[in-house]
Amino acid sequence: MPLELIAEAVANGLLAGAAYALVALGLTLVYGVLHIVNFAHGALLSVAMFAAWGLHAAFGLDPYTAILPLAVAFFGFGYALQRWVIGPASHGDDGNTLLVTLGLSIVIENALLALFRSDTRTLGGDAGFDVVEIGPMLLSRPRLIGFGVALVTAALLWALLALTDTGRAIRAVAKEKLGAQLCGIDPRHVYAVTFGLGCACLAVAACLLLPTFYVNPRVGNAFVLVAFTIVVLGGMGSIPGALVGGLFVGLVESLGGLLLGESLGQLGIFLIFILVLLLRPTGLFGARA
Amino acid sequence: MLEVRGLRAGYGQVEVLRGLDMAVATGEIVAVLGANGVGKTTLNKVLSGVLPARAGEIHFDGRRLDGAGPDAIVEAGLIHVPEGRRIFPNMSVRENLELGSYRRGRANRRVNLERVFDTFPRLRERARQMAGTLSGGEQQMLAIGRGMMAEPRLLILDEPSLGLSPLLVEEMFALILRLNASGLPILLVEQNVVQSLGIASRGFILENGILAMSGPAAALRDDPQLRRVYLGL
Repeated sequence: MPLELIAEAVANGLLAGAAYALVALGLTLVYGVLHIVNFAHGALLSVAMFAAWGLHAAFGLDPYTAILPLAVAFFGFGYALQRWVIGPASHGDDGNTLLVTLGLSIVIENALLALFRSDTRTLGGDAGFDVVEIGPMLLSRPRLIGFGVALVTAALLWALLALTDTGRAIRAVAKEKLGAQLCGIDPRHVYAVTFGLGCACLAVAACLLLPTFYVNPRVGNAFVLVAFTIVVLGGMGSIPGALVGGLFVGLVESLGGLLLGESLGQLGIFLIFILVLLLRPTGLFGARA
Repeated sequence: MLEVRGLRAGYGQVEVLRGLDMAVATGEIVAVLGANGVGKTTLNKVLSGVLPARAGEIHFDGRRLDGAGPDAIVEAGLIHVPEGRRIFPNMSVRENLELGSYRRGRANRRVNLERVFDTFPRLRERARQMAGTLSGGEQQMLAIGRGMMAEPRLLILDEPSLGLSPLLVEEMFALILRLNASGLPILLVEQNVVQSLGIASRGFILENGILAMSGPAAALRDDPQLRRVYLGL
């Protein structure tokens, strides 16, 4: 097999993995702090993609221009959702939280179905097919942009968690809720901020996916299934784990597609997933219990 | 400074505190003593707002604090160093201390950090180390240091000697005296009756959620009944 072909598959896999990583980032953040698997993650991604699509259809707003306003809006949306819907409805019981997010995903999905029907939509135009020539490789321009934005987003998230008081409060509540309360930190606020950050990640991911992908009311689920795999692969709750895991899964999928044929590309993901579970159940970056 | 009147609190059907009265005046060390299960930890949880009071009043510095949340109570300067330390194991010593001033004392964070490091030189040495890797005694220092970062107007110390070696327990009580010498009132909640009454000015003995005995520490130390029940003398 020609070397250029493999190099191109590697590059394309890494680029595709960046979008996975963003979706997984939101999921792992919420899991790490609230200790719940957010079943509404996929449905919220669908909402974000419809929002990005709607901004384009109604105002001609370019998805890349929409990243910042949509991320801010989704942060607020996520904050409100956790603070005034999910939090109060679960009465402090993790089992309830799980069911509430599952219920939310059903409500959201059906609301989208009622509003937009089950039609599949795209941005139209041919911007999604732009390529950039780098050496011998032809790389998709939207994916290249997506890769850069995903890395910047992950770096911003890391800086927020590591360097700001809000970030420290998030990490404090994740491990030691009572201790945090006695420092005057309000866990309800921290949970809502965390959920908001998770939603903001989804908004960024949606804007990056839209130029090369389609949108329909169930589109989020396809990504979230892979994102779950990434979260477990990287270590539940680990930010670097989600980033590295996402890139890795994109890489495996792309190489698998090249070597085994496009339809079997995802086979490799789950093979490696099972191997990780067997050999290192805490994930690549996960802390031992 | 702190006054508790007719306090009732509990969990579900169980009432743990059954009408408790107590007070801490400016500048003093008050010891709240009692065996396991008499309501010491419940009292602390209510005072710090983690558990709501069912009845009664808590007055602190002229403000009513019963019904206030933990953040408002920290804001008022009533700082609780909890039993079991409750430090953040996944964060560095410095970050733990910085979070102590999350709600209160943020403006003086740098100055206070230096002051805590001066009080606990060991913490300065380990400033970059993860708090979870500290020894039990160091973790207790960190928990107290974190409390100091909030510029407490009254410090509640919940079982600070728990799990420490006899030598460290001595050190801990000497430290409490030093903190108090700078004018900080301290509510010391302990099982260690002898040493607590040794440094406190007054003591409250809890039994079954109510006050069994109270008075000047010296008088309690010499009380024949207390000596029989708690000291086995």
